[in-house]
Amino acid sequence: MVEVTLWGSLSAVAGGKAKHDIEAKDIRELFRKLAEQYPGIEPWIDRGIAVAIDGTIYRDTWSKELPPGAEIFLLPRLAGG
Amino acid sequence: MNFDPRYSGRNFSSVGTRPIRPDGIDKVTGRARYGADFNMAGQLVGRILRSPHAHAVIKSIDTSKAEKLAGVKAVITAKDLPDLTDGDAAMYDILDNSMARKKALYDGHAVAAVAAIDARTARQALKLIEVEYEVLPHVTDVDEAAQHHAPLINDQVFTEGLEEKPAKPSNVTKRTQFGHGDVHKGFAQADFVIERSFKTEQTHQGYIEPHACVASVNPDGTADLWVCTQGHFVYRQHCAQLLGLEASKLRVTSSEIGGGFGGKTHVWAEPVALALSRKAGRPVKLVMTRDEVFRASGPTSATSIDVKIGANKDGTITAAEATLRYSCGPYPGSWAEIGAMTAFACYKLENVKTVGYEVLVNRPKTAAYRAPSAPMAAFAVESVVDELAKELGMDAVEFRIKNAAQEGTRSSYGPVYGPIGIGPTLEAVKSHPHMKAPLKANQGRGMACGFWFNFGGQTCTDLNIGMDGTVSLAVGTVDVGGSRASLSLVAAEELGIDYSQVKAIVADTSSLGYNDMTDGSRGTFSSSMATISAAGNAIKILRERAAQTWDIPVEDVVWEKGHAIAKGEKYGNLAPLSLKDIAAASGKTGGPIAGHSELVADGAGVSFATHICDVEVDPETGSTRVIRYTVVQDAGKAVHPTYVEGQYQGGAAQGIGWALNEEYIYGKDGRLQNPGFLDYRIPVCSDLPMIDTQILEIPNPNHPYGVRGVGETSIVPPLAAIANAVSNAVGVRMTHIPMSPPRILAALDAEREG
Repeated sequence: MVEVTLWGSLSAVAGGKAKHDIEAKDIRELFRKLAEQYPGIEPWIDRGIAVAIDGTIYRDTWSKELPPGAEIFLLPRLAGG
Repeated sequence: MNFDPRYSGRNFSSVGTRPIRPDGIDKVTGRARYGADFNMAGQLVGRILRSPHAHAVIKSIDTSKAEKLAGVKAVITAKDLPDLTDGDAAMYDILDNSMARKKALYDGHAVAAVAAIDARTARQALKLIEVEYEVLPHVTDVDEAAQHHAPLINDQVFTEGLEEKPAKPSNVTKRTQFGHGDVHKGFAQADFVIERSFKTEQTHQGYIEPHACVASVNPDGTADLWVCTQGHFVYRQHCAQLLGLEASKLRVTSSEIGGGFGGKTHVWAEPVALALSRKAGRPVKLVMTRDEVFRASGPTSATSIDVKIGANKDGTITAAEATLRYSCGPYPGSWAEIGAMTAFACYKLENVKTVGYEVLVNRPKTAAYRAPSAPMAAFAVESVVDELAKELGMDAVEFRIKNAAQEGTRSSYGPVYGPIGIGPTLEAVKSHPHMKAPLKANQGRGMACGFWFNFGGQTCTDLNIGMDGTVSLAVGTVDVGGSRASLSLVAAEELGIDYSQVKAIVADTSSLGYNDMTDGSRGTFSSSMATISAAGNAIKILRERAAQTWDIPVEDVVWEKGHAIAKGEKYGNLAPLSLKDIAAASGKTGGPIAGHSELVADGAGVSFATHICDVEVDPETGSTRVIRYTVVQDAGKAVHPTYVEGQYQGGAAQGIGWALNEEYIYGKDGRLQNPGFLDYRIPVCSDLPMIDTQILEIPNPNHPYGVRGVGETSIVPPLAAIANAVSNAVGVRMTHIPMSPPRILAALDAEREG
């Protein structure tokens, strides 16, 4: 079980809650379970969500494991120049 | 991905040295081929007809006269680029921006295009195209566009991010919010509170090379595109999707790039060139004029930002809040969102809240511009931070050091920081001689901090060892700032050979696996990871070949300093085999030797910079001259320090232009008044002092060498540092960028008049 924090706008489509306890071993499973619970999140996942694990931001490595007790924070997938 | 990206703390032989770049001679002799330097036999000249109106319904387009003109081979409109985006809203916007479908949404929006045997004929043909417009009310100002009574640009847009879906459409496409704690409580605890509003005008990246391409579509569905781009694989994806081509049949070759800075991260005229070529059956060369680059490529947002910060008497910030409105052009974007994330990222804050609003306006589609959105937010925040330090009677640097984020701090955008460099950059600035240099009359000094995320992404690299032992390195990230040199250094480091033995190229899309574009300061970060990985794979083969040659187990062979060495006393009489020895024998030991790597480079390290700036302001004319400038920035590890310094200097130079002169000026008719370098003034060498740099190296734990991106952070602090310097020089807080002479004189007049 990991505690996941959603940024402000995303929490609006996740029942208005910023923090969620999810049983997920990696980013892929986390996204799948969030989408099952809150279908409104799916378009956001399609557009891109980055996952910060203990402060390190992962944008594409959906196989990245979520260590128990790690701080998991979801962020928009941003553009760069 | 079988690759361990963790920082290893190793010593280096090649990395950190400053050899000459492999593309240097071609560039100084004029041999380098940029986008407009490519030509094909039988190519036609493409030209685009653009809307003179800021907002208008396209009622009809009659191309019949143009089609009949001798020498015209194809005329296209949106009908020749049917919608194949299959519900992908972002791609639909790119398609509509390439060629307007129902409405012209800004002055310069493409409405038709021709391909003709020469430029003169093409221009004549454009004049023969008859477009009937129904002109609509327009809005170009970000604050006016956000008002409920503003002309509506897209009646299908309803503000996202609100708790309840709004009943009416709006130009405000999205609201985003970040932060933690309770700002109301924090402000109640503050002894001092400063609250101000700021504006920044729209600027262009100002790349010297206009968008340019040659497109050639064959009847069998194969196609070639030679183009100036930051990401040829991304351009292939976009063009294949928009034209209905198979990606594998569209070969995209990137030219040398004369600057991009984010502006060449998605397609603009390239789908038009391909559609013209498809219709004409001949290659089409399409090069934007400077006027077109300004009017119809992607500048950054204009912004309007409110900032409020409170602090205790001891200098601790108790609360910080910002509301940011960013223009997106006529299509939705996420530019205010990035501003809202980066605004307070430098600081350790108990209570922080940022809200961003994305606003549609009748201006060109906003594109990324070097650390997109961060410089404007930093300008507003760092101005208030400076003012608050004065109010508290604290030194501006000390105030920032007291409140700087550090490892373990919860960032204002959410996650907790790992090892970061904001504190060290501030300490370096505090002890820098620049801070103690005397100032003369009408001169002022300012400093400011800046933050940028940096990204990684999908990356693919091939490393091929020739029979003579030299190494070809094929990368897929376009070289925008010297990455071929830095990646050659990385290959040399890993293989234990000299830099001169490695030749790096940027491979075309048919020669290498997919690569994300070069953005987010990712070129050297990502491709160095892939190069390290590819070299490791090549070394594995080199060890196997040596083992085969010696007829010993491969486990007994190690790779050291460019040689295979048999380890153990029993092999004492085996002379080491060099890479050259093994390569020469490769034909008899199993064939060519190569290392490949395909990976997702994630875990890019965030980056911080602190800048110091001295200016002199002429109180009679309002003219400002930057007389000294210093950049201090964390690079993680500088692979090629000269090019890291170049990135620092380039960011500062662009920031100086943005801060003092550059701005899109629109008339009441919604037309851009200054689409050229005479009236849109970017800084030239004589405007700039030597920009001093200091590289700090706080290793990124998620890269074997500790590399962080370096390309973007350097443009984040300049607007604020220069605004603080000008404000200190003239004694008036400057709140509107650019601080052009008329704006400075107006601020001085307003101050005199009370």
